[in-house]
Amino acid sequence: MNFGFTEEQVLLRDQVRKFIEQKCPMSEVRKISQTKEGMSVEHWQEMGQLGWTGLLVPEDFGGAGLNWVDALVLLEEMGRGLFPSPFISHSLACFAIAELGTEDQKQLWLPKLASGEKIGTVALLEETDLPQLEGIQLEAKMVGDHLQLNGSKHFVSDVNTADLFIVAARTGPQTDQVSLLIVDKKAEAVSTKTQATVDKTKREGLLQFEQLKVPSTQILGNKDGAADTINRLFDCGAVAVTAEMIGSSEGAHALTVDYAKNRIQFDNPIGKYQGVKHPLANMYVDIESFKSLLYYAAWCVNESPQELSKSISLAKAYASETVPKMGIDCLQLHGAIGYTAEYDIQLYLKRSKWARPKFGDANFHYDRVASLGEY
Amino acid sequence: MDFDLTKDEIAFRDEVRQFLDDNLKQKTDNEFGVSFDADWNKKVREKRWVGFGWPKEVGGGGGTIMEQVILKEEMATRKAPALGTCFMGLAWVGPSIIEYGTEEQKKRFIPDILDGKYQWCTGYSEPNYGSDLASLQCKGVLEGDEYVVNGQKIWTSLAPFAAWMILLVRTDFDTQSKHEGITCLLVDMKTPGIEVRPIENMAGGRFFAEVFFTDVRVPVENRLGKEGQGWAVTVSALANERSSIAEVSALQRRLESLITTARQATRHGKPLLEDPGIRRQIARFEARIEAMRLNGMRYLTKQIKGEPLSSETSVNKLHRANLEVDMAEFAVEFLGNAGLHMRGSDDAVEGGKWIFNSLSWPDVVIGGGTPNIQRNIIAERILGLPKD
Ligand SMILES: Cc1cc2nc3c(=O)[nH]c(=O)nc-3n(C[C@H](O)[C@H](O)[C@H](O)COP(=O)(O)OP(=O)(O)OC[C@H]3O[C@@H](n4cnc5c(N)ncnc54)[C@H](O)[C@@H]3O)c2cc1C
Repeated sequence: MNFGFTEEQVLLRDQVRKFIEQKCPMSEVRKISQTKEGMSVEHWQEMGQLGWTGLLVPEDFGGAGLNWVDALVLLEEMGRGLFPSPFISHSLACFAIAELGTEDQKQLWLPKLASGEKIGTVALLEETDLPQLEGIQLEAKMVGDHLQLNGSKHFVSDVNTADLFIVAARTGPQTDQVSLLIVDKKAEAVSTKTQATVDKTKREGLLQFEQLKVPSTQILGNKDGAADTINRLFDCGAVAVTAEMIGSSEGAHALTVDYAKNRIQFDNPIGKYQGVKHPLANMYVDIESFKSLLYYAAWCVNESPQELSKSISLAKAYASETVPKMGIDCLQLHGAIGYTAEYDIQLYLKRSKWARPKFGDANFHYDRVASLGEY
Repeated sequence: MDFDLTKDEIAFRDEVRQFLDDNLKQKTDNEFGVSFDADWNKKVREKRWVGFGWPKEVGGGGGTIMEQVILKEEMATRKAPALGTCFMGLAWVGPSIIEYGTEEQKKRFIPDILDGKYQWCTGYSEPNYGSDLASLQCKGVLEGDEYVVNGQKIWTSLAPFAAWMILLVRTDFDTQSKHEGITCLLVDMKTPGIEVRPIENMAGGRFFAEVFFTDVRVPVENRLGKEGQGWAVTVSALANERSSIAEVSALQRRLESLITTARQATRHGKPLLEDPGIRRQIARFEARIEAMRLNGMRYLTKQIKGEPLSSETSVNKLHRANLEVDMAEFAVEFLGNAGLHMRGSDDAVEGGKWIFNSLSWPDVVIGGGTPNIQRNIIAERILGLPKD
């Protein structure tokens, strides 16, 4: 038994951490988040050279052929540094094509995605914000020999920088009659609209279609055949976001512990007072705990798929419930300095809110735990 | 990451399963899992599964950490009763004697602990020193080849039934730090000068007691470790029970039982489980319990790799404390008026077990170091914040 990381994964973590410390310290995060793109093309290209953009792409198609346990190592470190990047969206797009794509589709898209030349994302949600098959209502109608899309997808992460969208659409009345379509940003009938959100280190928005024609070669796998993959995308998306939440909450926590050791009031470091040290201990307990739950869920993706839904729901519910509270507590423990734009803790607070509903909030996932546990 | 067992571990697991098929007659439904079945106790003893992690030389089973985990998990899955009956002897007295005891002490005490011949009790806390244990004042003075003990202990669990006590006394009152000058003695409870006065707890149990010592003479050969080494003996004793880090079977059983209660109960005429709030709260408990199990696996992995554990066990202790209180309270609350009824009432739900639990959580929550003390441990030893 080894419920820990391999030597390669430990090295990978060091590498990512150094990359982020050197190339993207908080000052840089702030700069990037003020740009229109909200990401650094330079960083992205380097990530391509390091093999990270193709982390989940099979080796046969130019990727590293690694899995979600490896990805979580990257994501934890990215979360810690609030590193702005379409890595999650891109990895999910790669994952979808690798799982469901035909040989031709994989040949056509995966090498370009693996190298980072193209950026991918997934467009799953609609206005109802429901992260399950029932939430997919946008119809793709058969017109002649192609499908036609009319309408919009909401809350599409990295909608502004993606070249390629994996779009979930309804192709029949039964719940599981859903398909995934590959849509090129350059297609004429496609437009995007970036929307303002609380967290400037992330981008998302609308993806709109006006009578878009999707030829059958751009249906991922078979028409009506994407239900399982979409379910796995929801689950793996939750794995990715929760992994980032580990890093970002550890980052916020470390910043606050450090502050508590150094800020003197009433002649003592404030960390000597239990009103300060006990909340910090409680946060440690919560982070350790959803971390263990998440590690197990990430392992399940490949090794025990039948347990994935339950295990990721336990992790994401726990994280979504506790992390935003940590964001608030960490800020409060800083006093007024925490309220300033200049101080970094506020960036973590915003991130904690961003992550909460992504791929399901606590109520959604606790409900799913209950129904999977048949109570 | 992998959860694979080696070939030997699989063989061991199969051996345990076979044993359970052959020998498990009665499942325990009491949460402590005590067995009063002499035949079972004899058989698991013959297998050397009592004290399974202890070295073979002293009569233990020499099991690896993984084998200990497997044994406990298999036993828990089948709801088998506990292995061995001498609680504190198996939990910390035995391990302390193995680490610090003389050959004579090992020969004298270890076999009896394994056989469950009698109970041990633990004389640490005093009226004025609970969380601040290291300040203890119960006095031991060496006179010839005997320590003469005077003072008082309190909250001593099982003292009314125990044959022996592991006792901490102060043998030196003039030391630089309070952790010095403490000595550990093994005391026969029949020694003249010991008086035990049971204390009734709020649930009606009489398991702990005050213990008074008046000129109690303890032979020097019953000192455990060196004079003044008592604190080290205690710390290592309390750090014991490593393979149980991941053990959450009692909580898992309680969760199942909570679901059953909620399934059967109605409130104002409606089935309780139809209330999403109820279901979510149960799922919330499930997440905590599963997190404890997986935290434990992570910490076990560290141990197997030989990495030192800091005070990570406090993480699960805090979870356990919260769950003990919250699960019982949750059930009592959702059962409404019937939830208040105790054993003997016609309206009691399942013999009043939830209201009973809601009165007995201090066993776990206060008994092994309070939640605030666990938070201090995490904040100071893991996060490096200043001591208060
Ligand atoms: C069921 C049960 C069985 C027990 N069995 C035994 C036994 O067999 N042998 C034995 O020796 N003892 C036993 N104990 C005693 C137990 O170890 C002590 O009760 C425990 O260590 C707390 O000590 P105390 O009760 O004196 O409380 P105190 O230490 O007086 O604490 C009172 C309150 O103050 C808080 N507090 C104390 N210090 C701090 C601090 N520094 N920071 C923040 N908060 C603080 C505590 O958290 C607690 O809430 C048992 C207790 C119980 C309830």
